[in-house]
Amino acid sequence: MEDGNVNDMSGIDQGVAVTGTKMKARGVDVFYGDNHAIKEVDVDIADKTVTAFIGPSGCGKSTFLRVLNRMNDTIDICRVEGDVTLEGEDIYDPKVDPVQLRAKVGMVFQKPNPFPKSIFDNVAYGPRIHGLSRNKSDLEEIVEKSLRRAALWDEVKDRLNAPGTGLSGGQQQRLCIARAVATSPEVLLMDEPCSALDPIATAQVEELIDELRSRFSVVIVTHSMQQAARVSQKTAFFHLGNLVEFDDTDTIFTNPSDPRTESYITGRIG
Amino acid sequence: MLWILLALIFLGLLGYVLGRQRAVASASGDVRELHSLPNYYGLNVTLLTLVPALLVLGLWLIVQPIIVERTVAGQIPASFMEQVENPTLLMTEVRRLAGGIETAIERGFLNVEDAANLASDTDIRAQLAEAGVALGADVSTEVLAAAQDFRAMNATGATWMLIVVFALAFAGLAYSYVRTHKDLRARNRVEYAILSILMIASTLAILTTVGIVLSMLWDTRNFFQLYPWQDFFFGLEWRPSFEGGSELGLIPLLWGTLYISLIALLVAVPIGLFAAIYMAEYATKRVRSVAKPLIEVLAGIPTIVYGLFALITVGPMLRDYFAQPLGLGDSSSSVMTAGIVMGIMLIPFVSSLSDDIINSVPQTLRDGSYGLGATQSETVKQVILPAALPGIVGAVLLAASRAIGETMIVVLGAGAAARLDLNPFEAMTTVTVKIVGQLTGDTDFSSPEALVAFALGLTLFVITLGLNIFALYIVRKYREQYD
Repeated sequence: MEDGNVNDMSGIDQGVAVTGTKMKARGVDVFYGDNHAIKEVDVDIADKTVTAFIGPSGCGKSTFLRVLNRMNDTIDICRVEGDVTLEGEDIYDPKVDPVQLRAKVGMVFQKPNPFPKSIFDNVAYGPRIHGLSRNKSDLEEIVEKSLRRAALWDEVKDRLNAPGTGLSGGQQQRLCIARAVATSPEVLLMDEPCSALDPIATAQVEELIDELRSRFSVVIVTHSMQQAARVSQKTAFFHLGNLVEFDDTDTIFTNPSDPRTESYITGRIG
Repeated sequence: MLWILLALIFLGLLGYVLGRQRAVASASGDVRELHSLPNYYGLNVTLLTLVPALLVLGLWLIVQPIIVERTVAGQIPASFMEQVENPTLLMTEVRRLAGGIETAIERGFLNVEDAANLASDTDIRAQLAEAGVALGADVSTEVLAAAQDFRAMNATGATWMLIVVFALAFAGLAYSYVRTHKDLRARNRVEYAILSILMIASTLAILTTVGIVLSMLWDTRNFFQLYPWQDFFFGLEWRPSFEGGSELGLIPLLWGTLYISLIALLVAVPIGLFAAIYMAEYATKRVRSVAKPLIEVLAGIPTIVYGLFALITVGPMLRDYFAQPLGLGDSSSSVMTAGIVMGIMLIPFVSSLSDDIINSVPQTLRDGSYGLGATQSETVKQVILPAALPGIVGAVLLAASRAIGETMIVVLGAGAAARLDLNPFEAMTTVTVKIVGQLTGDTDFSSPEALVAFALGLTLFVITLGLNIFALYIVRKYREQYD
């Protein structure tokens, strides 16, 4: 396996929280029943950076993303081995409550999935269940801030009580981002957030991802290499469950060190 | 009758073969030249042969007796009508005599001429009795004349029916046969015919409902002519007596119905809903595969068996452990007994439907909620139940209509005493039980005591209809908000 420079550097002080590194995965294996879906993956997620996972369908990039906030726990037959730390703390430690973890590592899904509630209630969902607001005006402030951050405020401020499901696809996805942002997570995971959106909505969401980088560390799984090149600073290329290459986005796209990466980004495999 | 149908079917089959052949011939044997597959040309001819003929046949069979009866009744001299004490029975007598003569001819006791020359001074009753037809009374001249008219008109009617039906069948066959050509859009025509059949089927279902309501309306109207409607709708007493002077107030029955249904729902809705949530969200596959069928077994138990359970187990138990120690009564049949047992009966309705509805809430919503750090119970409470609510309301209202219409459990569990009382340990009864009660045994359908059953039935119908409309309204309201 070919590792980039950053990976080598952080590998030296394994187990210690390095400034700038938010999450660290070491030797992660994932099994679905007998199927070995992820093989010995090491990745560092840097703070205030967009990290993109690219690779052909079925390469395990979404599975690995779900390792980072233990969403795989909801699948019975799924088994995860290896170390994953958030700020130096093992997130698979029995002491860690996966529910608490997911408040810190938020997630946005492939298909916009607003709850069957009003726009306001959708965004207020996380703050309410985690008790993040002292009173109603506090909550309103969080909702407004989150919607602004998701670049949706101007479009919905007059109809916060309208159902979230009535918005357009792009608006729904930004609502889901606002909903994830409202719990003030430390890491935001995005699983192909633009695959169900048209080009205009995609552009809006991409712009949004770039802005979010100033506050969170963002991990995005994408099928579109252009998207990875546009929004990310770090890119990991997965193939058949292996992490083939992990490096600065510029390096991956201009000067990949692994022939498989080159084949993929030039369109010969995948 | 049977041979007419067989002959028509034969014509239809013939039409199929002919139509198919002609179509293929018009394309000079090359099936690819045809607009539609060859079968469609055959079917097209068959349909045009059969459908109009069968429709007219059916209509004729319904309309002819009505017309004949009207005409015959109109021809009976008015002077004779006045002498008869029960005019409605007169037509029955005429019909019976006419039918008797036909039977006698069929069995060879009369030949056709004799039958036409029957005179009222001969003892027709004895003659027919010989042929195995029993008449209720001696035959008067007027009745005999009417019966002869009746026979004659029926015979003419039958002949004309044959002529018209077969003329139509042949016309349809000939027309469609001539029209069959390789460019005929036979497929579209056949599909249009099938569409019409589908439409007729759905219309029939609606018309049946309308028919049921109309028949109930008729008898209800008769009831309200004999009994004031204010006393029925607002009467607080239910004391029917066939000697007259009954009090037929709806309120005690309605109260019993609603009270028992309420208790049943109070039992069924929480248990059913909680069971559904457990099954859909928490149970492992193995538990679910065993428990779900077991719960649904409850739905397969006949209600009379639930009634027995209420009568011999639940009723005495409630009386001995609750009602008597609390000093609330000493009746083993009570609202509580019927309500609890009915609630048990309704559990599978609520749980099974709710389970399906909860399962159909998309997984992406669950993921979204878990992804924000919600626990399973928060997800169920705040995301899944709201999304499933319209369906759950539908399930509950369906259970409510079942509860309102239930009879057997009430008879055995709550008794048959109409009473207006708040104490749930007293015996009460429901509308359905009283409908059965009023129509069992010797009933005289001109007395208000029997006719009240129709008014009760119609009231029940209106209540359940209202409930269903309300359910639809709720479902639609939440749909708008949630889909």
